[in-house]
Amino acid sequence: MNNTINFLLVGVGGQGTILASDLLVNVGLAAGYQAKQAEVHGMSQRGGSVVSHVRWGKVVYSPLIGAGEVDVYLAFEKLEALRHLNKVRPEALALVSLEMIMPVSLTTSDQSYPGDAQVRAAVAKATSRAIYIDAAGMAAGLGNPRVANVIMLGALSKAIEEQSLTDGRLSLDTWLKAVTERVPARYVELNQKAFLAGREIS
Amino acid sequence: MIKMLSGNEAVARGSWEAGVAVASAYPGTPSTEILENLARYPNVYAEWAPNEKVAVDVAIGAAYAGKRAMAAMKHVGLNVAADSFMYAALTGAEAGLVIISADDPQMHSSQNEQDNRTFAKFARVPCLEPSDSQEAKDMTIAAFGLSERFDAPVLLRLTTRICHSSGAVELGERIDLPAQVKKYPRNQAKYVMVPANALPRHPLVEQRQKAIAEMAETFPYNRIERGDRSLGIITNGVAYQYAREVFPTASILRLGMTWPLPEKMIRQFAASVERLVVVEELDPFIEEAVRLMGIAVEGKSIFPIVGELDPRLVRESAVNAGLLPVSAHVPLPNVDTGPLPARPPVLCPGCPHRSTFYILSKLKVPVNGDIGCYGLGLPTPGGNVVLTIGCMGAGIGVAHGAAKAGSTEHHVAVVGDSTFFHTGIPALINVVYNRAPVVTVILDNRITGMTGHQENPGTGRTLQGQETFEIEFEPLVRALGVKHVKTVEAFEMDEIEATLKEYIKLDEPSVLITREPCALLPEGRIKWLPLAVIAEKCNGCALCFRVACPAILKSEELDEHYQRPKALIDASLCTGCEVCAQICPRDAITFRPVQDPVEGGRP
Repeated sequence: MNNTINFLLVGVGGQGTILASDLLVNVGLAAGYQAKQAEVHGMSQRGGSVVSHVRWGKVVYSPLIGAGEVDVYLAFEKLEALRHLNKVRPEALALVSLEMIMPVSLTTSDQSYPGDAQVRAAVAKATSRAIYIDAAGMAAGLGNPRVANVIMLGALSKAIEEQSLTDGRLSLDTWLKAVTERVPARYVELNQKAFLAGREIS
Repeated sequence: MIKMLSGNEAVARGSWEAGVAVASAYPGTPSTEILENLARYPNVYAEWAPNEKVAVDVAIGAAYAGKRAMAAMKHVGLNVAADSFMYAALTGAEAGLVIISADDPQMHSSQNEQDNRTFAKFARVPCLEPSDSQEAKDMTIAAFGLSERFDAPVLLRLTTRICHSSGAVELGERIDLPAQVKKYPRNQAKYVMVPANALPRHPLVEQRQKAIAEMAETFPYNRIERGDRSLGIITNGVAYQYAREVFPTASILRLGMTWPLPEKMIRQFAASVERLVVVEELDPFIEEAVRLMGIAVEGKSIFPIVGELDPRLVRESAVNAGLLPVSAHVPLPNVDTGPLPARPPVLCPGCPHRSTFYILSKLKVPVNGDIGCYGLGLPTPGGNVVLTIGCMGAGIGVAHGAAKAGSTEHHVAVVGDSTFFHTGIPALINVVYNRAPVVTVILDNRITGMTGHQENPGTGRTLQGQETFEIEFEPLVRALGVKHVKTVEAFEMDEIEATLKEYIKLDEPSVLITREPCALLPEGRIKWLPLAVIAEKCNGCALCFRVACPAILKSEELDEHYQRPKALIDASLCTGCEVCAQICPRDAITFRPVQDPVEGGRP
């Protein structure tokens, strides 16, 4: 790997973006990297835009990733995927959930939600390494829409393995242990199932 | 043991390890989690005060009584607490006293982005600035030590990116401090700040500052990292991380204490490099001090004075200024997404403030707002009637002033429960005392909402979970002398409208209290029951869109006659507050079924 691997997680308040980034930073630490995470709390109540930065590396200084230096882009919502796309490194690895959450501005103005073709075309201009995931649909299939975030993380764990973005020190156990430690005990089994389901996505 | 901690969690841990006995704070982003975390440690008393000035007085009192104490707040909280902070700088205390200011460059959740290092200089007290979570913990402990060594309060200045970034922290044990309480000091020359006592304290403070500056030369958190001689960078706080990343080969002087400054160290560093640059967020605080030493230095001519820095901003500014070669420029992907629909913060689905704002917009009265969720108003064309928002507690005083200036419009002030306790009460006393026909609306959602549900004097519980007296607004307001007072359930829209129409005709002060727990509280959540649009009845009039509820969507189904999109309710978001159902002119939105009132349903 390069000196650092930079993850940008974007989504909408309530989707579990922060939980996913908590998990990711702890996985980095458990794997023996220096790891940092940055997010903004406060005005991000339900329905607000949420952005979280996670970095792993031999040495990590800034908790924030400079625009143009995102290696892995994890978008939990399609409109938010477009909103922060200009921050990724050209040819970054992008995992985009197909979930759509309508912002209030659609009912208070004439704006419309971007179409699927528009989203894919914009993403394709930034990177050819994009994976689209029906995380919400899969989560519903598992019986709980709230595990879509962990499905996305499962997919991410597989993708960074396949693309050799890390130096091979990450084991499946490290990930599953982080999931176990971070979610309430009664949801551990469901979340592990969701994580493994995410790893099946190609 | 090593644990991932946010800066705020690390400050809480550091305070606990340092043996803090008493901590007081008022919630405010980005500082809130400091006290929330500290409150969970054993053998610590931690509380929410009604405002930051009270919090600082509480910490001062505990430190006078001989116990390590602290107060935490966001940057603007220190404006409120400045009076107390300034006298404490003069008196010192009997034990370590640390005041924490969490500044918010970029105003992620604030009304301004003031740089509170100036307060340390103003008060002549040390200012410590950690650069990551580990330092946030370590420097909190160091702050208590410095405070006792120099008999001065210490300002620990954080910024949003320190507070809300996480990194690995090595945990330590709590320092064993004597448990017994000392006799309260009988030292009036030191603690009674009347002119005769205060005047002799001032030269002591000036001497103290010189002694601290001397100590700063060897303070371990001020350190030089030797690199190339061609470029020397002085930096602090989180900006150090950006500078270290962007200039890997430069010489760096990292200042962990930014007031007072180590002049000899700075002179030696400056003499050892060819070009000297300060990388700091917001004010040219270090830069100006260095220039006053007669040293040639650059800073704000290269890096912005406005907003927060990040690695890209530092890198691109450095390329533009010739500090880095053009090849250091980082390209951005060539994407053009066009204009995207915004996702601004809005009142949540089921917010008990929505009904009142809708009625105020219908009545078209100008509203003076305040700091809190209700600052969001209704972001719709013609819907946002909040015309002014300044700071905590400002709205009532501003409405009074506008009325006294002769403005013929009815003056309405809207304030939340916690904000009313914070600084709203003296302003309402002024309205009564000086007789202005201001209509004050207290939006009582039974919690401090915007900062994420903190207890307050109206909730009946303390920060550490104890039951306590629940201060009620109506008797309080009546005792202040307001004759026209009414408490209405927040979703009873007809009653709110009738009351407001009556009150804005009065030539006397009046107070309307709207009461309903925040929909996100556990007691709010158990009442959730989604409503639905009856598509055959909806003709797409869009009136319900004007309540700006995230649960109301535009349907893909158009009304046959008008060709307008009908409304649709997202059942996963709707709480069943019935605001949309109450305003729908075609009865096209279902009400809750009539239920047993114990279950929370309204007929």
